[in-house]
Amino acid sequence: MKISMKNRCFQLALPLLVLPLLIIVGCVKKEGGVASAVANAAASNEIWLGEYGSMTGSESTFGVSTHKGILMALDEVNKTGGINGKKLQLKSYDDQGQAAEAVTIITKLITRDKVMLLLGEVASSRSIAAGAIAQQYKIPMVSPSSTNPKVTQVGDYIFRVCFIDPFQGSVMARFAINNLKLKKAAVLRDIKADYSVGLANYFVDEYKKMGGEIVADVSYSSGDVDFKSQLTLIKGKNPDVLFIPGYYTEVGLVARQTRELGVKAVLMGGDGWDSEKLTEIGSDAIIGGYFSNHYSHEDKSPVVQNFVAQFKAKYGEVPSGLAAQGYDAAMVAVDAIKRSTELSPKAIRDSLSQTKNFQGVTGMITINEERNAVKPAVVLKVVGPQKFSYVTTINP
Amino acid sequence: MLQAFLQNIINGLAQGSVYALVALGYTMVYGVLQFINFAHSDIFMLGAFSGFYLAKWLTPIVPNPLVLLLATILGSMVFCVTVGLTIERIAYRPLRSAPRINVLITAIGVSLFLENLGQIIFGADPQVFPALIATKSILNTGGLVLNNIQVLVVLVSLVLMVVLHWIVHHTKLGTAMRAVSFDIEVANLMGIPTDTIIIFTFTIGSALAGAAAILYGLSYPKIEPLLGTMIGLKAFVAAVFGGIGNILGAAVGGIVLGLAESFTVYYISSSFRDAIAFGILILILLFKPAGLFGTFRREKV
Repeated sequence: MKISMKNRCFQLALPLLVLPLLIIVGCVKKEGGVASAVANAAASNEIWLGEYGSMTGSESTFGVSTHKGILMALDEVNKTGGINGKKLQLKSYDDQGQAAEAVTIITKLITRDKVMLLLGEVASSRSIAAGAIAQQYKIPMVSPSSTNPKVTQVGDYIFRVCFIDPFQGSVMARFAINNLKLKKAAVLRDIKADYSVGLANYFVDEYKKMGGEIVADVSYSSGDVDFKSQLTLIKGKNPDVLFIPGYYTEVGLVARQTRELGVKAVLMGGDGWDSEKLTEIGSDAIIGGYFSNHYSHEDKSPVVQNFVAQFKAKYGEVPSGLAAQGYDAAMVAVDAIKRSTELSPKAIRDSLSQTKNFQGVTGMITINEERNAVKPAVVLKVVGPQKFSYVTTINP
Repeated sequence: MLQAFLQNIINGLAQGSVYALVALGYTMVYGVLQFINFAHSDIFMLGAFSGFYLAKWLTPIVPNPLVLLLATILGSMVFCVTVGLTIERIAYRPLRSAPRINVLITAIGVSLFLENLGQIIFGADPQVFPALIATKSILNTGGLVLNNIQVLVVLVSLVLMVVLHWIVHHTKLGTAMRAVSFDIEVANLMGIPTDTIIIFTFTIGSALAGAAAILYGLSYPKIEPLLGTMIGLKAFVAAVFGGIGNILGAAVGGIVLGLAESFTVYYISSSFRDAIAFGILILILLFKPAGLFGTFRREKV
């Protein structure tokens, strides 16, 4: 989605303008949104889906990639006639990577745009904040890549098509011990991000369970640029592995400072690393690092290769894991709408919860009782500027 | 243990130098006009971005890295001065005789304007500041690491501070600045062109912010339109800590804050980094309202 200057101006002013309105709207009757959504759908030949994501802001590459995947999925469905003759339409808004903004936008999608289902967000903290609103209005929400366990605990209308943090954290712990045979680890977590704290906790648990030793467990706050004090402390403990489950913006700088200070440990992280900016910010320092992800475009399976070819034809670039997740989120949603007995948020929610062995690009997806996806993870290695090579797949 | 201690001193000094340079801009404007120029941190941000574009444009033309570095620093300083003076002319000068609170609110307005303008022009996505000189480790013994960028940051800051000290204490211009700072009306009566002196003050402050921005970009090569906010707050704390309006105070305040943060993160926890910075501010205001080197002046009736 191209965002015009005028539009962005508007978005900057939006929180200020909308906040008082929001409070008023929030006090008015809650069910209004749902009832009119149903009425709307029955009358028109379109099914409206809503998307909110970080199209700008420090994690914009996440939002933009996801958006591309979602668009591609919906185009594909519409080309083959939509769902029972009804075309899928997408309304998407930018939350600038801010939880408060996400809450405003999701309210707008539900109450003003009357969408049938919501897609978003990438960051767990924003999915949790916005999910509460979706749950309140009882509109199903499918998060493409929020991996924190709390996201779907918000309520029974919140789903995801990715695995959860425990799995990602333990995958990297298992990978470090089983594949790399490294038994001394340090953890540097972003204490301000639910995502990072969750990943770190489960990494520590699994690593210890498997006989590894955690020599240091320190933190930073997203937005920090100087990590030298933490790294000086880590250096003193001489770990084999440094687990940095943060987002690429900080990880890039951490990697640089790690090498500047002469810390030799192997760097590892989660899917927050997945961005072409990672190697741009981290330069040579990040090369040789490993991170877990939802999919690899190097995977030889025909589903993946077909997806990659079509994505390249459409956008002229190789799809990132987030694009694949966005695509799968939209496809799982479409599948649920198709199976749904009637076109209402409630019926769609019910059919979403019955998703079983859905063949997505990112693997076989089954939605469990906690509304989380059970599916495999891949481990990638950073081998060069914007180049991540597939190492192995770790099953649940 | 000793190595870690020394390493923290190195890290803290490098960061503190940037705080100090930005703090000088706050303190100088306060010294002369008794108001806090909140837009200063955004001039710093614009300095980083002007350096970013200038370096991109100059890199293919200028082969010598040292010349490139100096050209970028100078270019950024010139750009910041232009912005600083424009702000002074448009936003502050018309309010010279208005109550101080009006200027303060205006300064906040200008700051927000620049931040949002930055997001529109540069985009909110972070940019990678080009490595004007390759990072090389100068010292690497017994676990102690020192690289050329850290040395450069401290050296450039030191040189600029010495130059500033010389200007303020050993030139006619500096004498005039101190006179204006002491009492703007009397200085005016004595024939000192106060407007010119204020322009000089803004020039020097903005130039320092421009230089600091490049040093920041070299140390932490990730720049975004909101990067000034936190640095600005910290530098402001440094300025108050040293005694706002006092040049030596701002320099010392910046360094002390850098060191305090470095040690806090190492010995306590990173969660307390900002808490310590603002804790220092509160303590200073409680026990020494005028700051470390500041002199308390009674409000004239």
